[in-house]
Amino acid sequence: MKIKGVLENYTFILPAVAIFSVFYVIPFVWVFQLGLFEWDGISFARTFVGLQNFKEIFFQDKSWWQSMWNASYITLIALTFQNILAFMLAWACDREIKMKNFYRVIFFIPPVLSEVVVGMAWRFIINDIDGANIINRTLTGMGMPNLVHNWLSDPNTALTTVALVHCWKGFGWGFLIFLAGLQTIPRELYEAARVDGASAWQSFRKITIPLMIPVMVLVAILTVLGTMQVFVLIVSLVGGEFAGHTSVPVLRILASMRGSSRFGYACAQGITFGMVLIAISFIQYRFSKGRQ
Amino acid sequence: MKAAIYYKTKKLAVNTLIHLFLISVAITCLYPLLWMIVSSLKTQDMIFKDISLIPHQFRLENYIKAWQEGGFGRNFLNSILYTSSVVFGIVIISSMAAYAFSRLRFPGSKWLFIMFMAAMMIPIPGSFVALYVLLNKLHLRNTPIGYILCMINVGLSTSIFLLKTFFDKMPKELEDAARIDGCSKLGIWWHVALPLAKPVLAVVVVFNALTVWNEYILALIIFDNRQFMPLQVALQTFQGEFVTNYPLLMAGLTITALPIIIVYLLMQKYIVKGVTQGAVVG
Repeated sequence: MKIKGVLENYTFILPAVAIFSVFYVIPFVWVFQLGLFEWDGISFARTFVGLQNFKEIFFQDKSWWQSMWNASYITLIALTFQNILAFMLAWACDREIKMKNFYRVIFFIPPVLSEVVVGMAWRFIINDIDGANIINRTLTGMGMPNLVHNWLSDPNTALTTVALVHCWKGFGWGFLIFLAGLQTIPRELYEAARVDGASAWQSFRKITIPLMIPVMVLVAILTVLGTMQVFVLIVSLVGGEFAGHTSVPVLRILASMRGSSRFGYACAQGITFGMVLIAISFIQYRFSKGRQ
Repeated sequence: MKAAIYYKTKKLAVNTLIHLFLISVAITCLYPLLWMIVSSLKTQDMIFKDISLIPHQFRLENYIKAWQEGGFGRNFLNSILYTSSVVFGIVIISSMAAYAFSRLRFPGSKWLFIMFMAAMMIPIPGSFVALYVLLNKLHLRNTPIGYILCMINVGLSTSIFLLKTFFDKMPKELEDAARIDGCSKLGIWWHVALPLAKPVLAVVVVFNALTVWNEYILALIIFDNRQFMPLQVALQTFQGEFVTNYPLLMAGLTITALPIIIVYLLMQKYIVKGVTQGAVVG
């Protein structure tokens, strides 16, 4: 009876464990295994090369580190510009203000759209047609026609343009999380500070900021993890790696796999990249623990 | 008295500034969408001339053309099929597992749960390479069922977490009553636990539907045939074919974006809840 009961309990988790083992655990193990091989993905023979792939990534593959730098650049813009904007908007919406819900609904529309849609729509607006290019038209209108150019097909501005569109798509996440965090701060704290004669700026600095640090770290970690892995937006906005100017790690992995048919190398790149991501979020987490 | 007027004016000025700031960001959010929809209603030669946001033309022929010639009808149905079957699968599988982790006793339950949670935290950016190899071996590549199974796996961990958190807080009395009435464990899960979990299930449904509808990379590597592709990947092919026909492309984008915007506007309460709960996970 008892064994039968336990078996019955196992049937509840069996489907989940089965799918998870096949589609998560096996690929997880294989990534580490394949990373040690040189393999074209089709042929029967795989050549064991040990840590050769990793050696190549670290010491020879300049395009890989270029892509890491590009992703870091986008991440840096997202961490500063996007998150500061999100925080300011959340702070503005946390006050007693009309139409609070309206703003909240609108700000989260870009995050629910797919990157393909966002990329293609923005590409249409800022690059393809001169007459419709709202940014160029504004620049001309402001008397700066010499700044007008094709933002996405100029190697100097393509990556920054990608980063800004990424911020447009992503700030809603930070906004919602910040807003939820701000709303957990007890109003009595502000009241008490006001009675004690603190200015708005003082209570912002002494109450809001310290209480919001855990939320800020959380948003920062989510931003880094999300932004470092960006690539669909780049494909739909720029069309590809643009001779390295807009290449990012995931696009490099995809290129190793589909372009040069080096499955082992692609896995090694994936492992390297995964380690970097884990290390960054761990450092951010520790940093926040240290501050408290 | 004077001071009161001073503070009132100051407050009004601050609030106006704040509203200006919020409204300008809101306009920036909506502008590309309006542009996309308005452009999709124009003809090809008008799109270069008429750049206002108010549609002077109202032509649905781009939609008809995209749907039929562009093959978008097929891809739209694919997206609907994938989204609904993946969401259905996740709801059933993850709620069973979450219920077991929360209520039932069996050896190894703690470790299995930790494994699911670890999968939620650890990013493996190269996993699609191995997944491609695996699906090839199982002869599931370029098949809808292969894609559906992969996507069920993607949503499993987070859904189990959300549901288990809910079940842990749920009072046990109702289940006890059902057990005394002779209800089986499966019956209790189906007749008692699931109906009570409706608010969380809504979050699970909305979030997974968003994820599947917008998914790109797995669909890209799994499908070779246009006839199996969901909208997101088909759009890329579509863009290659009709590269200069902007109104047609914008009609395709609108077909892709509109369902998700409508679902969002209807269910936004649950999305806000999901984001804030999901945030607590980290």
